[in-house]
Amino acid sequence: MTGQAYAGRPNRLLRNLNAKIASIPMVLTAVFIFLGGTSWTVFYSFTNSKLLPRLSFVGFEQYERLWAAPRWIVSIQNLAIYGICSLIFSLVIGFVLAALMDQKIRFENTFRTIFLYPFALSFVVTGLVWQWVLNPEFGIQSVVRALGWTGFSFDPLYDSSIVIYGILIAALWQGTGLVMCLMLAGLRGIDEDIWKAARVDGIPMWKTYLFIVIPMMRGVFITTLVIIASGIVRVYDLVVAQTSGGPGIASEVPAKYVYDYMFQAQNLGQGFAASTMMLLTVAIIIVPWAYLEFGGRKRG
Amino acid sequence: MADIGTLNRTAAGFDAVSDQVASGPRGMRPRRFLSPRNIMLYGTLFVAAAYYLLPLYVMIVTSLKGMPEIRLGNIFSPPIEITFEPWVKAWSSACTGLNCDGLSRGFWNSVRITIPSTIVSIAIASVNGYALANWRFKGADLFFTILIVGAFIPYQVMIYPIVIVLREMGIYGTLTGLIIVHTIFGMPILTLLFRNYFASLPEELFKAARIDGAGFWQIYFRIMLPMSLPIFVVAMILQITGIWNDFLFGVVFTRPEYYPMTVQLNNIVNSVQGVKEYNVNMAATILTGAVPLIVYFVSGRLFVRGVAAGAVKG
Repeated sequence: MTGQAYAGRPNRLLRNLNAKIASIPMVLTAVFIFLGGTSWTVFYSFTNSKLLPRLSFVGFEQYERLWAAPRWIVSIQNLAIYGICSLIFSLVIGFVLAALMDQKIRFENTFRTIFLYPFALSFVVTGLVWQWVLNPEFGIQSVVRALGWTGFSFDPLYDSSIVIYGILIAALWQGTGLVMCLMLAGLRGIDEDIWKAARVDGIPMWKTYLFIVIPMMRGVFITTLVIIASGIVRVYDLVVAQTSGGPGIASEVPAKYVYDYMFQAQNLGQGFAASTMMLLTVAIIIVPWAYLEFGGRKRG
Repeated sequence: MADIGTLNRTAAGFDAVSDQVASGPRGMRPRRFLSPRNIMLYGTLFVAAAYYLLPLYVMIVTSLKGMPEIRLGNIFSPPIEITFEPWVKAWSSACTGLNCDGLSRGFWNSVRITIPSTIVSIAIASVNGYALANWRFKGADLFFTILIVGAFIPYQVMIYPIVIVLREMGIYGTLTGLIIVHTIFGMPILTLLFRNYFASLPEELFKAARIDGAGFWQIYFRIMLPMSLPIFVVAMILQITGIWNDFLFGVVFTRPEYYPMTVQLNNIVNSVQGVKEYNVNMAATILTGAVPLIVYFVSGRLFVRGVAAGAVKG
């Protein structure tokens, strides 16, 4: 498609002018915000900016300080536990629910509506609801105790060694519905004949799932994995709402570290260094995926 | 992108079931409904459903109780005396710091943020997607790739430069600034959505319009726009729920008097002063979740497409 026809020699820049005008916001966003903003942050992470960004370079000092900070170490540990658990659990729960939903059940729409509605709610709402349900004085713990098990103890939000699992419960409640939906779509995409062939061969159902269907759904699994993983790195509002990082610093996460150092502790350099580390984490997840998804296909 | 392919199959998959019913008897002999297999199957599904519904139930029940009843009873018991006072209080007189005008302020702020952000971001992204699909120019793909890759960059990396830019422009802390931020971060996924949709429309339509002498905007407004209502609805669902539920941008880019509902809700519930009024907190929580929930229940299947697309949003 060539742009409008102009009398005389067409100017290269003016060709297809309207499309270029329409793309100005995209070009500005891509170049100035995404490329420029990211480079700016990475660049300033090597300075010792405090209240305002300053150009006085200190090399890797901010990073050394970052990795020496107990709060950052706790944040990274939490992110690792939370990340691994939520990957495993949401994939397993999501797949099992999808497999159950795929058994030609009645009320499928009702079940799907129920499983997915938490996804419409914000992390703040999710965090606050679970803060209340897990409240040791009134919530699950007190209810079970009232039933007779007086020694029963379940107060993840007030126990610093397990607080991250309390957040995990809420996150799974919010997010597994989506995983279930993606998996169900994948299962519906599997040819009915595969099932018939497996049945004729007398392969038990669980084996068919494990060795035939799941390998066939590789694409869906990878997509889901990327979606979950990029959500994990960003987890912020859930923690703020549910525990505010407490008790103490037991449920801190990197995104909260960045925010607190940039906008509250007025130590911009630390904030920039921490956010650069977050960027690095995402790059480690995204680059292999992008390579598998797009790099391989072009060559093949 | 591969994601969107999957998503479109999502919608198709849900429709496939109904076709099978029509084609008459086939497959195995129907089993009794109360077979051990069915009991297991439905049992598991009901337990799972109970887990998902429990918090919603607890929220509603708690918000309808008075404080004395909450202190005595357990959170699962239905209210003995139903009271709507917590709702009224949450809406009109709950306190954040020194301000005691309730969540209504946050609600209207969120409305004032969500409506223009949704309109502006969809307008820009749809025209942009149309340009990318039908009026390719040199370099367009490069910028588009940067945009999509940028969607995966954590927001925290880009927040501060944006703060500086907005401050230079003199709109840091205002609603205009926040609307621009939502437009920027909504752009990758929306552009992708619209580009893929417009690219899937038959090219002959576009060519015919070109031969008839229609230009860029004429084709957009008279041919593309009327044909793509469903995708606009999906984009709207995506943006309304996404922007309404946003917390980070609200807290970073606005002044306290413009805080959106989510931020105000968090401030009300997690404020350290005063006696905790759990019933008011839960009423406030439901009020904040109500808008996206209504969007969810009304839009049904389209929501699945919307959120599935939105999950890729970075």
